Amino acid sequence: MKKISKSPWLLHYDASSCNGCDIEVLDCLTPKYDIERFGIINTGDPFQADILLITGGVNSQTEPVVKQLYHQMPNPKVVVAVGICACTGGVFKECYNIRGGIDTVIPVDVYVPGCAARPEAIIDGVVKALAVLDEKRAAMKQSGG
Amino acid sequence: MAKRSIVPFGPQHPVLPEPVHLDLVLEDETVVGAIPSIGYIHRGLEKLVEKRDFKQYVYIAERVCGICSCGHGMGYCESVEKVMGIEVPRRAEYLRTIWMEMSRVHSHLLWLGLLADAMGFESLFMESWRLREKILDMFDKTAGGRIILSVNCVGGVLKDMDGGMLQGVLHAVEDLEKEMKPVIDTFLEDYTVQSRLKGTGILSRENAIAMGAVGPTLRASGEAYDIRMLGYAAYKDLSVEPITEKDGDCYARCEVRLRELLQSFALICEAIQKIPEGPIAVPVKGNPKGEYFMRIEQPRGEAIYYVKGNGTKYLDRFRLRTPTTSNIPPMVEMLKGCQLADVPLLILTIDPCVSCTER
Repeated sequence: MKKISKSPWLLHYDASSCNGCDIEVLDCLTPKYDIERFGIINTGDPFQADILLITGGVNSQTEPVVKQLYHQMPNPKVVVAVGICACTGGVFKECYNIRGGIDTVIPVDVYVPGCAARPEAIIDGVVKALAVLDEKRAAMKQSGG
Repeated sequence: MAKRSIVPFGPQHPVLPEPVHLDLVLEDETVVGAIPSIGYIHRGLEKLVEKRDFKQYVYIAERVCGICSCGHGMGYCESVEKVMGIEVPRRAEYLRTIWMEMSRVHSHLLWLGLLADAMGFESLFMESWRLREKILDMFDKTAGGRIILSVNCVGGVLKDMDGGMLQGVLHAVEDLEKEMKPVIDTFLEDYTVQSRLKGTGILSRENAIAMGAVGPTLRASGEAYDIRMLGYAAYKDLSVEPITEKDGDCYARCEVRLRELLQSFALICEAIQKIPEGPIAVPVKGNPKGEYFMRIEQPRGEAIYYVKGNGTKYLDRFRLRTPTTSNIPPMVEMLKGCQLADVPLLILTIDPCVSCTER
């Protein structure tokens, strides 16, 4: 793993998941896993977030919320789909109100599988997201953004 | 009359990990009305019962909610078993009860942490969630999953706990009980916690009954109503007493859950002492035909499961009424007259589980 140069802030949103992955995301903040040691803070404010963690397959009511949160985040930004529902729709795929994965609504950079995704897997996904974030930042600088 | 303004609350809000939306009608800083709107996590799981056979559907029932997962699996399995007239082995009933009580401990610790977080008491939040990890570790060791246990099946349970595992659970629970002591004292005696919780969001006993509150929300208002008293699973052999408080404020709801934690520890120890030897599941033949209503006590209150079979392997209808659904009207009643700053705290004290509610 590369050295982390910045302190990335997380935004977490539940786009119709079963709660399982959400409490595991929160679990990452608590003493056993403690992602704050990477300088990561869970923020409630999309305007200050770098990484968007989304759980659950999207339904018609959360779709505009997900899009709005994504567009409110400043560039560069990374989207991590947490849990199998967020990746493909999972067990809820055949439900009448489920769109499928998050990538049907917004572009996704890192996929974390699992039902529910374990905190170790989520931390791994976030660390991978940091590398993507660095790449995107470098690309932005090159293009003069 | 002061000028009224409407403040939106949610769906994305730092206090809850789940999306729920409220329109708060304010007069200055005082809430005079609240209009909830739900549906952000509606997936349509009840309809899925027509596409999955009744044995597969256990996995869907468990994924109605990640926090109450074990209870939903148990409620669904018990109702199908009642329709089919299956007698579940005693050992399976005890194992279900042990896992269910462990889920209650994990759910209440989770709620205590979120409550502390809503008050801004960060160290208490961390401490509650640190203790919760001990139960999750035991889930991991006994069932192989931290959140979704997948232990229930129609006819019994899928996994057995051997003597070593049961001793492990017992030790973990005894450890936890010792370590809970300072946390309980902080919640009940700390000046800051008391000043935030005492006297806020009072729900009278009459209102609680009239509005249909269930679970700790109802018991904190002084009504002794606990579905475990009906004696499903192994509860008929265990000493369950409903835990009640009189005041009906946030502090009473917190106290009820803290005392329920201690009760759950005692129930787990008692069940481990009394657990009989024997098989853990019976083979299931045929398809369900008929209907049944099952009520079980989830960590958040009474949940109702309705199952209707038509003699094929696909059920006609599965209906689930979850505790949070019945706790929303009392919550709206509680919000009237409170201060804007207390709103997150009040919403939390009914322990809302939105993904259960919306399925």
